[in-house]
Amino acid sequence: MSFINLKEKVVQVKIVYYGPGRGGKTTNLEFVNRTYRKQILSEMVSLKTHGDRTLFFDFLPFDMGKIKGYDIKIQLYTVPGQVKYNATRKLVLRGVDGIVFVADAMEKQREKNIRSLNQLHENLQSYKESIFKIPLVMQYNKVDLKEHGIPVLPLSVLQNDLNSRLKVPYLEASAITGYNVAATLKKIISSSVISIQKKLL
Amino acid sequence: MNYGIVSQEQLEQIDVILSDKLIKLGVDCVIIIDMAGNIITAKDNGESKYDVYSFAALAAGNFATVDAMAKLVGEQEFSLLFHKGQESNIHFSKIDDELLLISMFGQDISLGFLRLNVVDVVEKIRKIWEKE
Repeated sequence: MSFINLKEKVVQVKIVYYGPGRGGKTTNLEFVNRTYRKQILSEMVSLKTHGDRTLFFDFLPFDMGKIKGYDIKIQLYTVPGQVKYNATRKLVLRGVDGIVFVADAMEKQREKNIRSLNQLHENLQSYKESIFKIPLVMQYNKVDLKEHGIPVLPLSVLQNDLNSRLKVPYLEASAITGYNVAATLKKIISSSVISIQKKLL
Repeated sequence: MNYGIVSQEQLEQIDVILSDKLIKLGVDCVIIIDMAGNIITAKDNGESKYDVYSFAALAAGNFATVDAMAKLVGEQEFSLLFHKGQESNIHFSKIDDELLLISMFGQDISLGFLRLNVVDVVEKIRKIWEKE
């Protein structure tokens, strides 16, 4: 749940990047961190293993400016993608306002995407949240690999696997080059802020 | 308690309690956060310059981890958490299921004295929530 401070007129919005391991969640945040350095007041926090895999989460806070006199503070988190870390993934999801599901478009990762999305569904249920109600954006990452001759799942397959029932906004992206990274972020911020506004009215 | 939105009046009352009971005692910085890592309020002595937003995210993660460990060994919770350093120390105390009080302090305050005051502060803050 977002936290709203009426005294200082601040709204804190928690957005979590979720998805299978090595899918590009941290890369998304790193790109945002580099590109919007001026709006980001503090350093990106990364809790990772010696092998550079996310151990607990990455955290990146930034200011989005004002809406109706309220300062909007966006807090981006990633979860660890490795299968064994589900306990910590669950902890990061606590109080989430919006989720970006970063799917890996590589053909061989097809099953991992589906498994990860199912687990997201279960993890949200444990907080009495529903994957069908929470603001969610699908990001099909690594589409740039096509040019390098690596087999990538066509959009129709990804949509059918992951988004046929959810029917949420989706974008093809490449976190490493930055293609559609900002567009994904904008989409999830606006969905989350609208959803918070609706809850308040 | 209408959690998620705190009234201006409630926040002002809490800020007064934090200043009177902890900052005046010599605590460098006090933060109240929720378990999702949001900052409810932060007070400091005017000298400390901590990045409180990152701190809140890490503290919530830390507390949640310890809580999960408690459950694994059959404890309901470890309600007290304390980190000791050379120059500064951090003390965590649970206010209720959603909120956490974090105090950062140097070597000039004893842990025992701080804990006595923290217990008092936590009780007073709970009363403010109950009034809602």
